[in-house]
Amino acid sequence: MNNRGPGMRGGKMAAGPKPKNIKATIVRLLSYFKDYRIPFITVLACVLLAAATGIVVSMSLEPLIDDYIKPMVVSGSTDFSGLLMFILRIGVVCVVGIIATYVQNRTMVTISQGIMKKVRDQMFSHMQTLPIRFFDTNAHGDIMSRYTNDTDTLSQMISQSLTSIFSSLFTVVSVLILMFIKSWQLTLFTLAFVFVMTIFAKNIAGKSGSYFIKQQQSLGAVNGYIEEMMHGQKVVKVFNHEQEAAEKFDALNDELCANATSANKFANILMPIMMNLGNLQYVMIAILGGIIAIVSGRDGTPLLTLGVIAAFLQLSKSFTQPVSQMSQQLNSIVMALAGAERIFSLLDEPPEVDDGYVTLVNAKRGAKGELVETEEHTGLWAWKHPHSDGTLTYTEVRGDVRMTEVDFAYVEGKTVLHDVTLFAEPGQKVAFVGSTGAGKTTITNLINRFYDIADGKIRYDGININKIKKNDLRRSLGFVLQDVHLFTGTVRDNIRYGKLDATDEQVIEAAKLANAHDFITRLPQGYDTMLEGDGSGLSQGQRQLLSIARAAIENAPVLVMDEATSSIDTRTEAIVQSGMDALMRGRTVFVIAHRLSTVMNSDVIMVLEHGRIIERGSHEQLIAERGKYYQLYTGAFELE
Amino acid sequence: MIKKLAGSIREYKKHSLLAPLFVSLEVLMEVLIPLVMAKLIDQGIERINPDGTQGDIGALLRYGGLLCLLAVISLAMGALSGRSAAIASAGFARNLRHDLYYKVQDYSFSNIDKFSTSSLVTRLTTDVSHVQNAYQMIIRVAVRSPIMLISAMVAAFGLNRRLSLIFLAVIPVLGVGLYLITTNAHPIFVRAFKTYDKLNRVVQENLRGIRVVKSFVREEHEKDKFTDVSTQIFDNFSLAQKIVALNGPLMQSCIYICMLLIAWFGSHMIVSGTMSTGELNSLITYTMQILMSLMMLSMIFVMITISRASAERIVEVLDEEIDITDGEHAITEVPDGSISFRDVGFSYAKNSDRLCLSDIDLEIRSGETIGIIGSTGSSKSTLVQLIPRLYDVTEGELRVGGIDVRDYDIQALRDAVSMVLQKNVLFSGTIKENLRWGNADATDEEMQHACEVAQADGFIRTFSEGYDTYIEQGGSNVSGGQKQRLCIARALLKKPKILILDDSTSAVDTATDALIRKAMSEQFPETTKLIIAQRIASVQDSDRIIVMDNGKVAAFGTHEELLKDSDIYREAYYSQKKGGSDDE
Repeated sequence: MNNRGPGMRGGKMAAGPKPKNIKATIVRLLSYFKDYRIPFITVLACVLLAAATGIVVSMSLEPLIDDYIKPMVVSGSTDFSGLLMFILRIGVVCVVGIIATYVQNRTMVTISQGIMKKVRDQMFSHMQTLPIRFFDTNAHGDIMSRYTNDTDTLSQMISQSLTSIFSSLFTVVSVLILMFIKSWQLTLFTLAFVFVMTIFAKNIAGKSGSYFIKQQQSLGAVNGYIEEMMHGQKVVKVFNHEQEAAEKFDALNDELCANATSANKFANILMPIMMNLGNLQYVMIAILGGIIAIVSGRDGTPLLTLGVIAAFLQLSKSFTQPVSQMSQQLNSIVMALAGAERIFSLLDEPPEVDDGYVTLVNAKRGAKGELVETEEHTGLWAWKHPHSDGTLTYTEVRGDVRMTEVDFAYVEGKTVLHDVTLFAEPGQKVAFVGSTGAGKTTITNLINRFYDIADGKIRYDGININKIKKNDLRRSLGFVLQDVHLFTGTVRDNIRYGKLDATDEQVIEAAKLANAHDFITRLPQGYDTMLEGDGSGLSQGQRQLLSIARAAIENAPVLVMDEATSSIDTRTEAIVQSGMDALMRGRTVFVIAHRLSTVMNSDVIMVLEHGRIIERGSHEQLIAERGKYYQLYTGAFELE
Repeated sequence: MIKKLAGSIREYKKHSLLAPLFVSLEVLMEVLIPLVMAKLIDQGIERINPDGTQGDIGALLRYGGLLCLLAVISLAMGALSGRSAAIASAGFARNLRHDLYYKVQDYSFSNIDKFSTSSLVTRLTTDVSHVQNAYQMIIRVAVRSPIMLISAMVAAFGLNRRLSLIFLAVIPVLGVGLYLITTNAHPIFVRAFKTYDKLNRVVQENLRGIRVVKSFVREEHEKDKFTDVSTQIFDNFSLAQKIVALNGPLMQSCIYICMLLIAWFGSHMIVSGTMSTGELNSLITYTMQILMSLMMLSMIFVMITISRASAERIVEVLDEEIDITDGEHAITEVPDGSISFRDVGFSYAKNSDRLCLSDIDLEIRSGETIGIIGSTGSSKSTLVQLIPRLYDVTEGELRVGGIDVRDYDIQALRDAVSMVLQKNVLFSGTIKENLRWGNADATDEEMQHACEVAQADGFIRTFSEGYDTYIEQGGSNVSGGQKQRLCIARALLKKPKILILDDSTSAVDTATDALIRKAMSEQFPETTKLIIAQRIASVQDSDRIIVMDNGKVAAFGTHEELLKDSDIYREAYYSQKKGGSDDE
């Protein structure tokens, strides 16, 4: 039974990555650079320097040939000192460029990794503040992919695309200007060619993009299928179902293969096309330039010199390269923006509202029997209630829970609890019995404010729970949840989760109380056995025992046990229960269970049906009433 | 390892070979282009005609045409190689996934336990994608770069031997530099990727266990945990990338040094008339090609080392030795449903002295109903899992129908032994589709009959789509009790000789539980039934009851016998009876 709440598990990944509000996303993204103002300006300066160096070097061939080599060839001079000076000058520029590149690369690492860390930390700490409802309605895989895929593409963009686009843009503009100065005719020709190239690139990139989306979809289908079947692999074996499972897998796998082929085909073809179009352009410029030079040279006044053509060819290469680079980067930028948008939408999720101001403190009795706040763990707790006039009052935490005419709906319009009124007196053991979906777990989820009620009132020791700080409210309630969740770590760590500063002795004591000590000592490394994958090496019953031990060590004033012993045999359950009863003597305990034997010895039993309490009383009273509980007890009625 | 992976190329061998072939041709064109370019400039533009004029339009067009042709061929080859590489790598990945999946189908339970499901999922998904990308790289770029390097060198030497000596001086410097960078960065990257896994794990555990986190108010604790990991990622990646940041400057230094040296010595040669300006131009182009291909090689080197980890994880799955296989003359017919354990001992870990089961001696007659009870961790499930050979006994012998289970054809054995696992799973699909797992050819009547016995027909009919109701992944849209009854119906459809229910009615109320048992004994009288339960009520009317304690059979007999002889049984019976009737 793990279908609580309006969960939407196993949801599909969001379809095609496309940013919706590019401008807002960019602005917000830029705000992350605020902490790196100086480094970022440094990077931009270095990018400019490095790009300029590239241009200078590729431009130096022309003066080298025209101004130094040619005259020397003509004059037959062997004085290379001028030429040496020229080359040395360029060498100095090169050194500057190399240093700039290094500074840029290194600073960018700090910036991009720093921003990535900030984004991740922000996402995680924000996620911790989100209401349970958020986790119910969002597929876990979808949230996960924001930490992985989306952050990855974003980091790629910041560390690579950003500088590369900036550098390309600068190069393109400066080269274009230089080209115009050299020869406007050839420049126009180059521009026309680049235009054609961009159209090609855009076309192919678009085609490839749509196949990439298809590929992602069928990859999702294959991965989803693998995930489902691997988890059910033991059932597959038991039913000899290997063949059928494999055939279905093959069909999905073939589809993925087809889409992956198409997507990669276009992506792979793009590169050679761009490169060879560049080559073609190079050739055309050479021919065109050559003809111009030759034809005009016949008149004695050449429009273009040989050096100009050579330099222009070099320039045209420096021009087409960044253009095709930019067109490639554009794609990844769009993807990264889409990712950033998804990250921001997580960060924009409204957190749990907490207007509470009443806090939970340890207390002891003063001289006159009044409550005094203390740092020690006294086993006595008090609600610290600040009033508007500045005074403080302390109320003892007794576990008096009253619900008055509470209505609740997970989804608007679908009320799950109707007009629930109940009271649990301090020290009572209150049980809820009812079919799946009757609202047992929902009631306890309202007490700890996982969800907020739509109508009615819940008072805890006479205080409206909305006035209690959520964290303090939850600290006062120990929960053993229906679905056991263990964390990666040792058995000891997992028990200690209930009380982080617990000593080893306390951990063992709690384990003994929950009757878990025996099986723990039989584990390979005892309390230091590593649990991985949600404690997958343990049986369901053992996991429940650990979860009880975890709650036992927390030792909260009020305890809620939601189907806490459903997978434990009745003999062990009886031992666990007597331990927990001793621990919780004088405190309030809520119990939800399917087995009537678990709840029979409770002080009050509430029978729920369709979100209403239909019967209440002790076991004996309910039996005497001969109502639903009696029917359940005698087996005349079936619980679902 | 490579040999093992290469086995998955199969029908894509053709394209796997074509891709590098086309790449080589493409590279050849790319290397020829600067050569012809040099001719074009020298003979087309530079040429001093006998009449004193400069340039030769004929030569210009001739070489220009040739160049265009080369570029077009190069383009065609490039496109073809891209296509072949895409087909080959996607196909390779497909076969690899196929092989992995089929291999896992043959896995025994202990093989599956060894890998854990989540790690199998990663190996079949992420790891395959990594290897696919690496493969595409290898058949294209990894071929391209060395060929480019060599051809460009040859061409450069052809143009001007003395100047090309510069490369011989610079390339080793670059090579050593790149080598140092990658070998230093690689281990840090590996470490960084590991912390990446850790990060994912923390997020995943928080997503699943958010209720635990919130009810224990451990948000700050979790944040600390996360920040710890994200700081590690920051440190590792920053360090690794700072090392890699040297790549660019190193590359640039080499390119600039080469160009400046070529310019310097080249000018001397031009002045002394041993070289042309066109050749100078081409040499500079080759400089770029040579150094760029070296750069690419170093990148591939990094890529391959990163995906090596994935490849190893895949091969582990493929190489796993399957410990449960059919014997040579496997028996395909299970005569009856009798079961006998003879001195059976079992341990999950091979060569471990700690046995989970020991000294098990049991004789169960065909058609008997056997109840099994015992406390949490007393190895009840382990005992029954030996019967359909989900695990093999470590000691002793287990016979079904009088024949050692290891002598059966596994499929035949498992068809005869139907088992409802404790941790049972429904699959996404309609109820009918799920039921057909038991028997692919089951008719609607048969399905309905099985569901009636399992007391599932009633609630299925309340669904608006009845037997065509769609079950979500993991059966999350039916209640626990409904899921268990569907699983029982699915197992009944096999019409097994032996039926094992491993705590399969824990979420079903007592009355329904009794109805299921009654219907089963009426409708399947021939079938041997083994029922593991927590409730004494579920087993007390069985023919005989096994009481398990700490991996041993503590008692075996009828309800009455056990009440008399077994302390454990008696204690359990009275503890459950306490305060009321045995109906809970």
